[in-house]
Amino acid sequence: MSISVSMNVNGKAVTQACPANTTLVDLLREKLQLTGTHVGCDTSQCGACTVHMNGRAIKACTILAAQCEGAEITTIEGLGDADNLHPMQEAFRECHGLQCGFCTPGMIMSAVDLVNREASLDETIIREGLEGNICRCTGYHNIVRAVETAARKMRN
Amino acid sequence: MAEQSIGKSVLRKEDMRFITGKGQYTDDVNLRGQTYGYFVRSPYAHADVGEIDVSAAAGMPGVVAILTGKQVAEDEIGGLPCGWMIHSKDGSEMKQPLHPVMAGSKVNYVGEPVALVVAESFVEAKNAAEMVSVDYSERDAVVSVTDAQSAPVIHEDAPANTCYEWELGEKASTEEAIASAAHVTTYELTNNRLIPNAMEPRAAIADFNPATEDLTLYTTSQNPHLVRLILTAFIQLAPEHKLRVIAPDVGGGFGSKIFVYSEETALAWASMKLGLPIKWTAERSESFLADAHGRDHVTTAQLGLDAEGRFVGLKVKTTANMGAYLSTFASSVPTYLYGTLLAGQYKTPNIYVEVDSVFTNTAPVDAYRGAGRPEATFLLERIVELAARETGRDPAELRRINMIQPDEFPYQTPVALEYDIGDYEASLNRALKMADYDTFADRRAASEAKGKLRGIGFSCYIEACGLAPSKVAGELGAGVGLWESGEVRVNPTGSVTVLTGTHSHGQGHETTFAQLVASRFGISVDDVEVVHGDTGKLDFGLGTYGSRSLAVGGSALAKAADKVVEKGRLIAAHLLDEDAEKIDFEDGEYRVKDSNQAKTFQEIAFAAYVPHDYPLEDLEPGLAEKAFYDPGNFTYPAGTHICEVEIDPDTGVVEIDRFTAVDDFGTIINPMIVEGQVHGGIAQGIGQALLEGCVYDDMGQLQTGSYMDYCMPRADDLPSFAVGMTSTPCTHNPVGAKGCGEAGAIGSPPAVINAVTDAVGVPDITMPATPEKVWRAIATADKNAA
Repeated sequence: MSISVSMNVNGKAVTQACPANTTLVDLLREKLQLTGTHVGCDTSQCGACTVHMNGRAIKACTILAAQCEGAEITTIEGLGDADNLHPMQEAFRECHGLQCGFCTPGMIMSAVDLVNREASLDETIIREGLEGNICRCTGYHNIVRAVETAARKMRN
Repeated sequence: MAEQSIGKSVLRKEDMRFITGKGQYTDDVNLRGQTYGYFVRSPYAHADVGEIDVSAAAGMPGVVAILTGKQVAEDEIGGLPCGWMIHSKDGSEMKQPLHPVMAGSKVNYVGEPVALVVAESFVEAKNAAEMVSVDYSERDAVVSVTDAQSAPVIHEDAPANTCYEWELGEKASTEEAIASAAHVTTYELTNNRLIPNAMEPRAAIADFNPATEDLTLYTTSQNPHLVRLILTAFIQLAPEHKLRVIAPDVGGGFGSKIFVYSEETALAWASMKLGLPIKWTAERSESFLADAHGRDHVTTAQLGLDAEGRFVGLKVKTTANMGAYLSTFASSVPTYLYGTLLAGQYKTPNIYVEVDSVFTNTAPVDAYRGAGRPEATFLLERIVELAARETGRDPAELRRINMIQPDEFPYQTPVALEYDIGDYEASLNRALKMADYDTFADRRAASEAKGKLRGIGFSCYIEACGLAPSKVAGELGAGVGLWESGEVRVNPTGSVTVLTGTHSHGQGHETTFAQLVASRFGISVDDVEVVHGDTGKLDFGLGTYGSRSLAVGGSALAKAADKVVEKGRLIAAHLLDEDAEKIDFEDGEYRVKDSNQAKTFQEIAFAAYVPHDYPLEDLEPGLAEKAFYDPGNFTYPAGTHICEVEIDPDTGVVEIDRFTAVDDFGTIINPMIVEGQVHGGIAQGIGQALLEGCVYDDMGQLQTGSYMDYCMPRADDLPSFAVGMTSTPCTHNPVGAKGCGEAGAIGSPPAVINAVTDAVGVPDITMPATPEKVWRAIATADKNAA
């Protein structure tokens, strides 16, 4: 069964026809060509598909596009671009918080949400806060540094 | 003149696309008219395949075609080859049972592809695949490595399920040395099976154009030329010049994307058969089932020591699991990448190793980050630790008195390798200092005061990178060359395009190689672009594995860049009207010695392409050079890892309080990138030691087939790492680099287990040392003490 869904994606109003069982990540990747959001698993564990829905991080593989009716969705492409990086994107680059880059968009989206929702951060809170995002390359060491760095910038 | 960038932590050129979502991984590519493939996979570990009924599936919406293993066989598509011939100790060749692209009459592991459904959408392909009915007759599965040689035979052409029985070293002298040793330490161990889990699942798009007969394959590969070579020369799908393999951005590999698998081969064959582009992207469950796994050794070893604690002999017997079929380089991992490393950093004069490799009804096992070297290091650094404890010696000091000294290089080990250079004590000393070893006793007392257990563990590892030289490897059974190609194209404006046969899937080659070449020319890193991952653009190359890229690929680029410099000198000599030998090239300028007459690199580049004032009778125009570099030896990175753990005896939970790694990678181009490689390697090593373990049940069903069951290291499982460097530059390559990609995963597991067993007070805990195992070990130790 095909349905029509409407939402705001990266500041643009979007209306799309799609099968009713379409997940948000499929809508983003296959219909809207927003391929920065990745799929790394099939059990909602890896976090590569993390985007923001109404300002909070969610896993886009585990929500139907239909559930996002009327929502504000932000993907990595909407967080900042090469000319206007979000402090978290900038910090990941400065701190070498990425290697292969596959988990990176989801990691950045989770990290932004973490900084926004935690009043104060330390290494333990950052590590626990990123528990839902798996990175196989970095050992998380530089990701933690990046989140600390970005948090300082985001709070200034 | 640009700032010299060698040794500087230049931020990565590739990052901007990754942090803004503009990377292009294989699954991000979509072709016009693309169809989707989904594989029907065996639910049984060992079964005969009868009738495959596709009638119901064929009528499902969107289905284009359903192709089976039987059709692969009818089309006379051969099996997937193994690229390294190992000879058994009796001189016979290893057994290489047919590794079909899709199973024909029998399946040999859960997840083995049986049929490929092609449909207009992914969902339609997947739905139809569920309707394919396969008539299986189940057989008993062979799962246990230790029982494999006495179990029912999987492949008729591999009696006793044995692939080969290999040996290295002197048996008689080793046995004699151990028999007359003052102390003998015996250790039995299992090196746990791991599932690589690069975060990007494997994917491919095969696109055959029936009009031009060009076949293009996008695939998640660490070495696109190897894929092309195997699909054309061995499997003979297409002529080599008609197959273009593109490995775009690749999301991690760790070895698992070296190999040529069933899926991309079947896809390429199907695309040629159907004349359609077909895309397949693995679901993570498929990655668990069908990516090549790693490690999986069972070993018994004996180490003999004399009265002063000097190692006199090491004897090792290992059984290695190959899984159901030989994956692309599987045979080399427990042999030439394992047995040869058993000298470690030590002067053990007698070493003998036997390795039996066996087939089981499990997924194929092949190289995973470190590939054989972690297994050798784990065995050696554990048995040395046990010897220290048994003889009452300080573990650091026992290692120290056995280490090869700086003035003893080149050092010929009893297991075939000749180490060119190293200073092992320098790394040990630095690590001891960084880890505050002197005050460990105070920290242990503090832990005990709060009811916790604290332990410290060492690992002094060596590894061998940049597998080479080709001639020697060929004599030992390698099926490919082990050189690398590099091309440096100077553009008319003086910017530079660098082409390399290595492949970057997280390692940052676009930056490191740009630094390397920019420094040769005295130009800015921003003016150098690195191209890799496309057989349509590059000369043949061997790709990235075994931490070879800088040591081998970088050396090829250094040679090519030096050729450019020399040609530029001839052009400069003409323009400056001076003999070439009187012209120096420094900081991006060709300058007549002792004068202010000079031409910039950019002026020379322009003159080469606009040769109006140019020695055309003596010199071709243009400024681009290639080099193929075949190393004279392996490189030998080495270092010391020290792990300190605190354990809660009530729960068995291990907390890594500090982890120190001091490594000698020779010359370092970009310290930031090198440290990042070390961090990632350590994380995977800690994963192996504490968290990760692949489990099959007795029926050959994978019990750890998702992230719910297979424990990946997450941010809150790991500490921050203290990383230091020492440097003895490699003596035989023009860069001086040794390779840094795998050291972390090689050095760390024994350091962790040495620390955990030190804390608990038991000789051994099998990896992964989960809280349950640690808690039980504590309970046993307490009972024994009571």
